[in-house]
Amino acid sequence: MNAVANEGAQKGPRTQNYDNRNDRNFVSPEVNIFETKDGYVLESELPGVNKEGLEITLEGNELTLVGHREKQESKAHPLYRESSTADYRRVFELDPAIDTAKIDAKIDQGVLTIHLPKSERVKPRKVTVSD
Amino acid sequence: MNGLTRWQRPDLSVWSTFGRLFGLRDEIDRLFESPPGELACGSQWLNVWNPAIDLLEDRDNILVKAELPGMKKEDVDVSLHDGILSISGERKREGKYEGAETCRSERFVGRFHRTVTLPATVKDTEVKAQYKHGILTITLPKAEGAKPKQIEVNVN
Repeated sequence: MNAVANEGAQKGPRTQNYDNRNDRNFVSPEVNIFETKDGYVLESELPGVNKEGLEITLEGNELTLVGHREKQESKAHPLYRESSTADYRRVFELDPAIDTAKIDAKIDQGVLTIHLPKSERVKPRKVTVSD
Repeated sequence: MNGLTRWQRPDLSVWSTFGRLFGLRDEIDRLFESPPGELACGSQWLNVWNPAIDLLEDRDNILVKAELPGMKKEDVDVSLHDGILSISGERKREGKYEGAETCRSERFVGRFHRTVTLPATVKDTEVKAQYKHGILTITLPKAEGAKPKQIEVNVN
């Protein structure tokens, strides 16, 4: 579960695809994840979702992202449709180094950016050995 | 019965081998038969950005919606020519996290181009576009002749 540091390719918030596999009511949004020296940045594409439609929950080391699309109030009827009406959902497993109290998120033009700072305590420390 | 089963097995395996061969030949044929344009555009062969487009209609307007999250307004081009609406643009690679390690990169970067043949004639000069929550909505008012007309029926 927490082998984040040992898996180079899977470093950072790991995505868990099994959560989306059998769930047809959700679509999995595309994400970019970057690791900076201070933490991680997660960008997710959620076109049609505004601030009110976002639900970000944290349970232990699991971050669940749900985006509800804005309701269409127009009476226009569709002639051709490619977009999905399903809500977005994706689950990420967080690096234990992340300070979950300091996570912040913002959404701008359908792109959600979540900042996940690393906690101070994971920085290398010297342990003094007592006599 | 047992004999029959035993004989069928090699038979089936031969056919499945042929099946696989035919399948492969179909694949190769398809590769050579596809127009070069399609290959160059990479609709199936390369991973390109094809933003989802919806076409809607109400009494007075044709509406075209495109999912374009995180674009800059100036990077999107909308044009209308001979009843064909064209939406194109480019998402540039942001240098925001330069020096950062990329753990996952699924968002598309690059150009896109989509065209929509409008189902009715529209007033070219009154087309409006709005970009909100990552969705571009283009409202194209129908030309008078294209609107449905209310015909009053008199029953005597």
